[in-house]
Amino acid sequence: MTDKRMTADEAIAHLADGMTVGIGGWGSRRKPMALVRAILRSPLTDLTLVSYGGPDVGLLCAAGKVRKVVYGFVTLDSVPLEPHFRAARENGTVKALEMDEGMFLAGLRAAALRLPFMPVRAGLGADVLRYAPELRVLPDPYGTGDEVVAVPPLRLDAALVHANLADPAGSAALTGPDQFFDDLFCQAADAAYVSAERVVPTADLLKEAGCVHALVLHRYLTHGVIEAPRGAHFTECPPEYGRDEPFQRAYATAAADPAAWAAFAERFLSHVDESSYQQAVDNFHEEATR
Amino acid sequence: MTATPNGPTVPPNGSTAAATGPATRAEICVTACADAWRGDGEILASPMGVVPTLGARLARAVFAPDLVLSDGLAYLLAGDIPLGAAPDALTVEGWLPYRAVLDLAARGRRHVMMGPSQIDAYGNANISCIGPWARPTRQLLGARGAPGNTVNHTTSYWVPRHAPRAFVERVDVVCGIGYDRAAAVGRAARFHGLRTVVTNLCVLDFGGPGHHLRLASLHPGVTLERVVAATGFRLTVPARVPTTRQPTDAELRVLRDVLDPRSARDREVPA
Repeated sequence: MTDKRMTADEAIAHLADGMTVGIGGWGSRRKPMALVRAILRSPLTDLTLVSYGGPDVGLLCAAGKVRKVVYGFVTLDSVPLEPHFRAARENGTVKALEMDEGMFLAGLRAAALRLPFMPVRAGLGADVLRYAPELRVLPDPYGTGDEVVAVPPLRLDAALVHANLADPAGSAALTGPDQFFDDLFCQAADAAYVSAERVVPTADLLKEAGCVHALVLHRYLTHGVIEAPRGAHFTECPPEYGRDEPFQRAYATAAADPAAWAAFAERFLSHVDESSYQQAVDNFHEEATR
Repeated sequence: MTATPNGPTVPPNGSTAAATGPATRAEICVTACADAWRGDGEILASPMGVVPTLGARLARAVFAPDLVLSDGLAYLLAGDIPLGAAPDALTVEGWLPYRAVLDLAARGRRHVMMGPSQIDAYGNANISCIGPWARPTRQLLGARGAPGNTVNHTTSYWVPRHAPRAFVERVDVVCGIGYDRAAAVGRAARFHGLRTVVTNLCVLDFGGPGHHLRLASLHPGVTLERVVAATGFRLTVPARVPTTRQPTDAELRVLRDVLDPRSARDREVPA
């Protein structure tokens, strides 16, 4: 089996300007933040993000990496509104395609199944269609008079997801209570990169995952494996760790003020690699407990 | 007494001091929310916000035992569910991750109570943004599941601060579709149904002409004039407006002693 282990920077070097990138997780939950931080370190720009959005979207918008966001929502969960995404929308610096969450799921499914569209009732009568005039409503071809939204495929050039466990060949386990849509993001993409809390030998994967139902990311879907302990920080990654609420509050507070944001970015986002970011986070918590 | 199989049992009549004393405004709101799910049978109740969450849990504890409830995340829970209870103390009866919730919404065996930032007289609701969509003056959450919820199954709303900025002539973005939008869609929106709007002042329904928003009851101590002044459009007001019902003793005991002993409800609706 091909050994697909690589660094976060090597994974992100496979991406190109202008790509459509799907990001797994949900809101401020199990986001591939180590890979997002690698994008922040890279010269990549002009990206279209497809995401059940959280701080992944906010950080990339704040860094000027984003041309367009495709989303059903963008939230930090414990902080309802994502401050950088808000600013980007209110300043008109990003384009937006806003969908219902179920429409978004339908678009991922259409892409995963290589279908031209997926029918869904969600969206009928709502302004998500008014603001996306490229979306079509189709009559039931069987003549009942019913109609559906034909959601086009959300095809992705690349998908980024974060798993609890992976093996070197790119099989991975999502062991938390909700696997979200990460398998669909991988299926919808030409290439998928999975970071994981731990990379273990294939022989240990099932035992460490605890249940075969966790093994939902398969090696034929993934192109790179990145070992990234605490790689979802500051979002949650159960059962490994919860959301870093003090850090997220500091993030959201800093985002509201340009000078405070510059200081935050200097302290946490200017690092040459992930381990020095994690060290800065440890220092942040040590200071708080002093 | 609660009828649920796995939850803590409620002490018999009159045995707790906490159950005495008149119902607070927050408690009136919780029972009004609970009543939204009355008669729904064995479906998923999806409340958003503290007061609707307590309402759904109260409904199941007292008069709607077959309702299915989740922790708001991936677990379905049996029994009484105290607010903020440790997961270990609860009985899991199923797994419902978000993907399954979205499929369930399409299937329709669900009644959601959402919190709109704006709502109009026909029940169109906005949680996306304020101002022009292309460049909002204030970006909110986004459409979330509101379009799919409203076109697929019963929907109610909870407005903790009844004010003209919430009850508007026209919402800036239609996320949850109202009766006029559903009528324009026609047959494909045949599963649409808005049931109740509960606020900190009153209960409303869509029983006015052409499903126009109608005042159903005023909470105790709230005047009609106050509700009219707090609503940014003309409400349908019947000749006689009843007062929102009081919680029963059993409801008050479950709510105060079991579901919300720390009174989180009072933070969402101050007395």
